Amino acid sequence: MARAVVNVPATVRRGEVFEIRTLVQHAMETGFRRTQLGEAIPRDIIRQFVCTYNGAEVFRAEFHPAISANPLLAFSTVATESGTLAFAWTGDKGFSVTESARITVV
Amino acid sequence: MTSRRDFLIAAASAAGGVGLTVSRRAHATPAEMQDAVRKVTGGAPVRSGRVKLDVPPLIDNGNAVPLSVAVESPMMPSDHVKSIHVVTERNPLPNVVSVHLGPRAGRARFATRVRLADTQTVLAIAEMSDGSFWSDSVHVVVTLSACLEEGLI
Repeated sequence: MARAVVNVPATVRRGEVFEIRTLVQHAMETGFRRTQLGEAIPRDIIRQFVCTYNGAEVFRAEFHPAISANPLLAFSTVATESGTLAFAWTGDKGFSVTESARITVV
Repeated sequence: MTSRRDFLIAAASAAGGVGLTVSRRAHATPAEMQDAVRKVTGGAPVRSGRVKLDVPPLIDNGNAVPLSVAVESPMMPSDHVKSIHVVTERNPLPNVVSVHLGPRAGRARFATRVRLADTQTVLAIAEMSDGSFWSDSVHVVVTLSACLEEGLI
């Protein structure tokens, strides 16, 4: 099972913009490499990342093979209300990882 | 810090580099990059400015290059950045990453790590809510390409 790490502040003031950092374990095989026998290694990458805040999408990214192994993504959002930030990565060969974080808005 | 191995690889590719870098694989050409840009913009004019693409100009290892894009925008419902696209000139595929955001992002900025196959120009394009496109490009020099390791596994 692939591991995902997200870094979200525990408490944020209402209206404040805060940064979210995410890291997920994945080889991001480009599909351009070959084995020593010359066989092409098939592409196997994460295609999409979505971040939702209490169910509403705040950030979405589409990955291509040029994203490094173990994709890191840092972005930001506005603190509106206490709740849950949910993160989902989906990709080739049925890859799917979800992670969530609680946030308290004061 | 450059290890002995990194140094030797860099020296070898500098000396015999032509044979190594001109691979049998087709790289995306500047024309393909223009196609990728057109796919994003639909032919609308792209102006330079408002976007800040941050990539180191000299890269030791093309396998994990820190890249961030920031766009000047108030990020209000009336005026915000809808999407940011990063494309390259000479990677096997021109597209690198596309992000979609809106007023709830608060700040039009993201950071990630990318692979760069060659010394080339990297371009970031931002689509605004009013339909205009803005861009920034950086020329990067890559000493160890992200694609040199093929055949070694």
